[in-house]
Amino acid sequence: MTALIGKKLPPDKRNLQMADWLDEIGIDSLMAVEMIFDLEAKFDIQIPFNANDAKLEFETVGEIVAAIKKITGKS
Amino acid sequence: MAKKVVAEVKDYDPLKFFDEREVSPLDRVAQFGVIATREAIAHSGLTFDGGLSEQTATIIGCGVGGQSTQDENYRRLYRDNAKRLHPLTIPRLMVNAPASQMSMSCGLRGPAFVVASACASATHAIGLAFQMVRGGQAPVAVTGGAEACIAFGTMKGWEALRVLAPETCRPFSRDRKGLVIGEGAAVMVIESLEHAQKRSANILCEIVGFGMSADAGDLLSPDAGSMGRAIDAALKYGGLEPSAIRYVNAHGTSTAANDATETEALKRAFGAHAKNLAISSNKSMIGHALGAAGALKLVATLMSIREGLVPPTINYLGPDPACDLDCVPNEARAIRVDAALSNTFAFGGLNAVLAVRRFS
Repeated sequence: MTALIGKKLPPDKRNLQMADWLDEIGIDSLMAVEMIFDLEAKFDIQIPFNANDAKLEFETVGEIVAAIKKITGKS
Repeated sequence: MAKKVVAEVKDYDPLKFFDEREVSPLDRVAQFGVIATREAIAHSGLTFDGGLSEQTATIIGCGVGGQSTQDENYRRLYRDNAKRLHPLTIPRLMVNAPASQMSMSCGLRGPAFVVASACASATHAIGLAFQMVRGGQAPVAVTGGAEACIAFGTMKGWEALRVLAPETCRPFSRDRKGLVIGEGAAVMVIESLEHAQKRSANILCEIVGFGMSADAGDLLSPDAGSMGRAIDAALKYGGLEPSAIRYVNAHGTSTAANDATETEALKRAFGAHAKNLAISSNKSMIGHALGAAGALKLVATLMSIREGLVPPTINYLGPDPACDLDCVPNEARAIRVDAALSNTFAFGGLNAVLAVRRFS
């Protein structure tokens, strides 16, 4: 999953940790929507996300992973 | 699909020009536009500092925008029952994307937009850019055209129109059987004479005239009178006597109707001098790149002035009595050309002609 999250990052920054903040590792809004698209396609799920929301539901790599696990029912 | 002849950009690999991150928002049409823009700017030697970026216009012709993105979407939605489309679907396919991406890629912050008039798009775009530079609105303009619509759905539309050649494009020839769809981009940097001379630019050619007209008649059948009005207007705007023109880079699509009607239009505009003109169609070699065609052919036109070499109309089998002007059949010809026209006539009856002259 972290490989998908880091797909758009430069190769030397793709080794992601759960505690990494998305904005700090360089995932901008455009990368975020592409990342969500990739995750939805990979796990055949719908991730609730609206680019107009002031507060992002996912701010770290770990929060994304936890959310996907919750949606897919895996722990 | 019965007819499969297209003039595609062969062996194109976007990753030779863009990294993975850059290429994601770019449909093929915008990729072509950005590549041509980078080349043109590098060739011009211009840097856009000191406020020039904010004054530089980016005016690009494009007929239909991101057709491969559109086609891929439809395939995913209607055939594969996909639940979602790529998040960059809209910015990829919007028809203004080439101008937006060129402006972003090269830091051009002045007036920027796409002009769409089917096969005449790039000529209209370059003509507008020319008028903006001449009128003092922009000292520099990056202008041209881009098109990439060889997608299955789009080609089925062309097939349905019954105008595609079954084998090849042979403009002005007997037994011509229609057009071949092409793709690509051509971009040029145009400047006011003052701006170009101040920086000792390598001036390739002078754009002097621009003429336009609309048939306001049939949707598809061309109109010699209306084409002739656009030619007359370009000559008049450029202060050129018809006899000053040596070469016409013709619209020459290889349809039965266009080539005969364009011949008639040239006779109306040039009178007896029409017989002295060399006219040729690049579409015999590169196909019809629709919204990019006007830019590709203007580059060929100005290079014939520079090189003293007029491109041929290849695939020519022999004369058609309805196309009895000198179309430079099959072989390029060394001719000194001091002034030339570049014709484009669009479906929907929108005509645009540019006049260029040797700079001296």
